[in-house]
This record gives sequence, C-alpha cells and structure tokens, in this order.
Amino acid sequence: MVFPHLDALTFGAFLVSLGWFRYTSDAWPISDQVFFHIPFIHSATPDEGFPLLYVAFMTFILIVSSVTMVLAVEAGHRNDKKTVIKWMVWTVVGGLIFLGSQVWEWSGVIAGPDGIFGTYDDTRIGGNYLGGWEMVNNVLVPIVGPDQYAQFFYCVTGFHGLHVFSGVIINIIILINVIGGTYERRGHYEMVEKGGLYWHFVDLVWVFVFTFFYLL
Amino acid sequence: MERDDIIEYSLGAQHSEEEGTKIRKQIWVITAWLSLITTIEVVVGVLFSKSNPDVSATTWELIKYGYIILTIIKARMIVLEFMHLGHERKSLKSTILIPYIVFVLYLIFIVINEAVAVGEVNFPIN
Repeated sequence: MVFPHLDALTFGAFLVSLGWFRYTSDAWPISDQVFFHIPFIHSATPDEGFPLLYVAFMTFILIVSSVTMVLAVEAGHRNDKKTVIKWMVWTVVGGLIFLGSQVWEWSGVIAGPDGIFGTYDDTRIGGNYLGGWEMVNNVLVPIVGPDQYAQFFYCVTGFHGLHVFSGVIINIIILINVIGGTYERRGHYEMVEKGGLYWHFVDLVWVFVFTFFYLL
Repeated sequence: MERDDIIEYSLGAQHSEEEGTKIRKQIWVITAWLSLITTIEVVVGVLFSKSNPDVSATTWELIKYGYIILTIIKARMIVLEFMHLGHERKSLKSTILIPYIVFVLYLIFIVINEAVAVGEVNFPIN
C-alpha cells in the first residue's frame, strides 16, 4: 500500500517537472504531430499518418488488462482457481502486448524509416540541445530547448515501461503460484489482490501519462 | 460507539456466486466508461488538434481543462473501484488520498506558477 503511494509521488514529480519545462520553453512540440505512425504503414507527415491511434491502442490494452486483473481478484474471492488462472493469463498477455507496443514505438521514433527524434539531435522538433548557460535580461539562465520533449518522452514512458515489466514479472510469479495451488492451500487469494493493486497502479499512471504527454 | 482503531483484517474476504455476478457487472460498466472516455479523448485530440489553425486559443484552453477533468474521472474510477479504495473504511481512504492530493496540488501550484513566471522572463510576449 505504501509503495504505490510513494511511487505515485515519483511519477507526480515527473509530470510536474514536465509541466515546468513546457512553461519555461519557448516552443513545445504537439504530440499528435509527433506520434502518428502505425505499424506496416509508411507515413512521412502527420497528414498521411494516424495521429494518436497507436497510443490509443496501447492505452486500451492496458485498461483491458487491468479489467482482467480485477476479474481475477473477483474470482479469487470465490476461490475459483480455474477462473483466476484464466484471467491472470490474459492479464500477463495484455502486459506483454503493451510492452511489445512500447518497443515498437521506441524503435520507430529512434531508428524507424520515419524515425524522427533522438535525444540530442532533433531535426524535427527543432534544434540541438546546446547545454550551458546564457544571459537573458542580466539573468543567467540555462539554455533549455524543446529537446527536453524527447528526453521526457524516454524518461517518463521508459520509467513507466519498467513498472509494466516488473508488473508482468510479478503477475507471472503469482500465476505460477496459483497454478501450483499455493493460494488454494492457504485458503485465500490475497496475493492476487496485492499483485492486482500494483497492476492497477501501473494503469493509473498510464492514464496520467497519456493525458499529460500525448494529449495536452 | 463504533471503534475505528481496531483493524479487522479479514484475509479470507469471500463472497458468493450471486455477489460475484453483481461485482462482475459493475466491473464491465466501469470498463465501458473507461473505454468511452479514452475514445472521446482521442477523437477530440485528432479533430481539434492544437496544430489545427481553426482551433482558437480559447477553444484549446477549454479542451485542455476538459482533458484534465476526464483524466481525473478515469483515475477516480480506477482508484475507487479497481483498487477497491472506495469500499474501504473512510479513515483508511482519507489517510491514503488526502496527503497525496494536498501535496500534489501544492507542487503543481508552486511549480507551474514559477514556470510561467520564468517563461515570461525568458520569452517575453512578442
């Protein structure tokens, strides 16, 4: 219970600092002009592409896997081992699809045929990260460029992806225990509920990342 | 007086098949809402993109707050129903939610206010 709470603060800090760089930057890229690719279709410009469609798919996958998790918890309350296994398997599958989607998205923006943003040299988002400081109105300010957009993208979605990854591992371990009958012998499926709590937290974070990174 | 300080930690919180049917129905209703809200968000984001010259600054401002409200509605559903916090004791609920809400609102207020001020210094309105 404490862990997700503290983790939520970490993500809160990430998103608030994203807000900081947005408001202190001159220009900020518009996400639907950046994320418009879907697999197997080459689209060089947003007009030819499908803005937000892919990330909407990823969001949907994560929501559905959260639902299957809550169904597994519900089945656990009825000591229905078979149903718990069924929904836990779907939850793991959903988590793996999400991770795979993220791999595709990352590899697309880094090195795909329409790959457009790196962390240091951003032709699309405009300009390089210069580093260093400059005088503005007699105040020494760091040179912050829109490159921070890419850096935040990798940082926030990467950190979230790490949580999804560990969530999938936890779910697989719990699934193995369910199949092995550990919780049946114990008489309750509390552990499924704990794993579920973490999994819902991951979904919850994504809801915020989706809004503050992709939509706004 | 009902005592609030005794933790009744029921490991084997069980329910019957009928209750399960009711809970499952509730889960699917929430799923439908979450999917619907996400769909609305994406459709609005595509049709009324910030890059679209027809979308004025005021409209975008409204959409922005709309997004934040929709996100909070979604988060509320996940925390209260999926994470089961809505069915816990009120004291537990408050212990978890209030510090977080207060702290995050404070952080948002401080950081965004400061960022706007810094942004105005760095990039005076042309």
